[in-house]
Amino acid sequence: MTTKVYDAENPVVFLRDRTRWHWAEALPWIVAVAIFFLQPITLNLGVQILITIIFALSLDLILGYGGVVTLGHAAYFGAGAYVTGMLSAHLGWNEPISGLLAGATVAGAFGFATGWILLRYHGLALLMLTLALGIMMAELANVTEVWTGGFDGLSGIVIDPIFGIFENDLWRRNYYWYSLIATFFVFLACRRIVNSAFGRSLVGIRENTERMRAIGSPVHLRLVTIYTISAFMAGIAGALFAQVNAYVTLDVLSFARSGTILIVLVLGGTGRLYGAFVGALVYILVEDELAKEYPAYWELGLGFVLVLTALFFRQGLLGALESFVRFCKRLKA
Amino acid sequence: MSLKAGLFAGLMAASLPFLAVSQPVQAEEVKIGVVLTYSGGAAQFGEQIDRGMSLYMETHPEAFGGHTVTLIKRDSKRPGGDIAKNAVQELITAEEVDILAGFVFSPNAMASAPLATQGEVPMIIMNAGTAWIPSLSPYIARVSFTMWHSGYPMGQYAHDTLGCETAAAGYTDYPPGKDSRNAFQTGFESSGGSLIEDIPMGGPREVPDFTPFFQRVKDAAPDCFYVFVPAGNHATAVIKTFAQLGMAEAGIRLIGPGDITQDTKLQDMGDDAVGLITMHHYSADYQTPVNLEFVAAWKAAYGEDSTPDFMAVGGWDGMAAIAHAITEQNGVITAEGTMAALSGWEFESPRGHIMIDPETRDIVMDSNIHEVVRRDDGRLGINVLGTIPQVADPCKALAIGRCGGE
Repeated sequence: MTTKVYDAENPVVFLRDRTRWHWAEALPWIVAVAIFFLQPITLNLGVQILITIIFALSLDLILGYGGVVTLGHAAYFGAGAYVTGMLSAHLGWNEPISGLLAGATVAGAFGFATGWILLRYHGLALLMLTLALGIMMAELANVTEVWTGGFDGLSGIVIDPIFGIFENDLWRRNYYWYSLIATFFVFLACRRIVNSAFGRSLVGIRENTERMRAIGSPVHLRLVTIYTISAFMAGIAGALFAQVNAYVTLDVLSFARSGTILIVLVLGGTGRLYGAFVGALVYILVEDELAKEYPAYWELGLGFVLVLTALFFRQGLLGALESFVRFCKRLKA
Repeated sequence: MSLKAGLFAGLMAASLPFLAVSQPVQAEEVKIGVVLTYSGGAAQFGEQIDRGMSLYMETHPEAFGGHTVTLIKRDSKRPGGDIAKNAVQELITAEEVDILAGFVFSPNAMASAPLATQGEVPMIIMNAGTAWIPSLSPYIARVSFTMWHSGYPMGQYAHDTLGCETAAAGYTDYPPGKDSRNAFQTGFESSGGSLIEDIPMGGPREVPDFTPFFQRVKDAAPDCFYVFVPAGNHATAVIKTFAQLGMAEAGIRLIGPGDITQDTKLQDMGDDAVGLITMHHYSADYQTPVNLEFVAAWKAAYGEDSTPDFMAVGGWDGMAAIAHAITEQNGVITAEGTMAALSGWEFESPRGHIMIDPETRDIVMDSNIHEVVRRDDGRLGINVLGTIPQVADPCKALAIGRCGGE
């Protein structure tokens, strides 16, 4: 394997090289399209995987690149879901794409407001504060029953057909494409961000915050920016979730959701974007299969898979694959 | 489970030749999608219903008219609604089930209701108790209960028979709690009592320290104290706190719906529970022939220490309703046909005589006044002090709030 040596005076070449598309990057999209035509899994499950991918991508931006560990990311997922849901249920705003963007925008704004405060802390304090934020949001949604429907959930969401043509049918044919296109745009944005100079500075902050401060990087502002973008994307995932299910309950804000998405991302591999794809696909497929086979004991099986991953693939499944490819190349050389 | 399924298949096969003579119909395969909470903290609820269903199938193979019944089980995991809805979606589109059944938590039933309409699949609710669920789809029938079946008659009984002029209500602050409180208040005030304290007592997840809430009630000194909490540890804590504060000595009577004296938890409550009066539709202690037979079959199947509770009866009755619908339609299931078959359907359940109201597709059943007593063998038991016959859901009868239709 030849390592290209970059000229430190001219970082543009380095960044441009990183942005170049590799043929393997077409793979997930080919798989996604093939799933639609061959249907090895139901499209309904496919839609769930896509939503989870968007949510995991949003977390990867802050965790994998910014190094921000959070246990409250469901707060933004839930914000997107509830805003989109309530716009439809209470105000009759049923147009899907604008509803999606509205939900995501509110989630992003909320991410900015909370991130400004949260990101002044790090380590355990940050972990506790994000956890508290998640719990507070869930409780807020519980007490504002008039708007959110409380424990019983927000019903009465009616979503118009996309462009007035594509309905949310029982087989999710149209919503599969809708979710896939949303995933594609979110991924493009993520890829652009992490390979930009801004993205590199985030990696710098993750690796050595003090040093970034010393060279004059506005650490807090950078983190708040990526946190806001991440919250916006989590909002997209939440809004999609609300539109697909036409139902929102307190579950969207639950600690379990924050924890699960963390597991999904760590399972796939953090800090490499495609980890979100692998993690979501594997987690949901394994969960679905186990839950079908053993309705009462599936959690045990899932836990076992996760323990094995944590023990043997510290870098996640994708990290393990990369090590394997490197190993093979070394053998050849 | 496979052994049970095998046993069932064997019984079915054995009964086939006889049925074929008496009923010259084609044996159809009927697929039932069962959505229950099989994992997590509420797994015991799912288990009760699942066992109730299986037990009915094993003991009444002839009731299905010679048709094969396949249960396809899915875990609804949490009360969140979305997982249950996804499960229902796949049951309809991928498994092509004929009937949907189960549903422990109300949000799960509510989220799934539009799919029953869209996919034209009948849905049999075996637990979820929020009053207005059957109005969400024309293809929903409920065999369980609503919170109003216990709360409303309890309110009337508290005033008319127990002689309480004033009452306090304490409830766990989530929809079934609020629903039960509203039901009690409506019943109590309509018969002339007045509610003088109204206290939300924390959420359903953790058991709070009930002392401050109960102290407030003690200071207000009502005649009756109506408590709704989730079954299990909450209920045990309520009984203990009530005794510790000496509220019974202060002349306050503790009452509530039968959820707080759930059969599976009753034995853990100890002496403090003796004398407690609740309103409910089922206890494993009922001495009716139907129930004695049911409990005996249960213990034979699941062990002497296992006790069925009202959820198990929901599963049992639900399966009986499904069997009736299958036989009526000769195994060819449609949503309309199922609702027509179940409309006005009557059944001798372990809880007593039940009927599906043709108007609301909801259950009509007796509400019984339970008193907790210490039996001679040392176990806690339930005595039935009285019965309010054939109660139709008062929430819909009185058209209160969302029950009045939107």
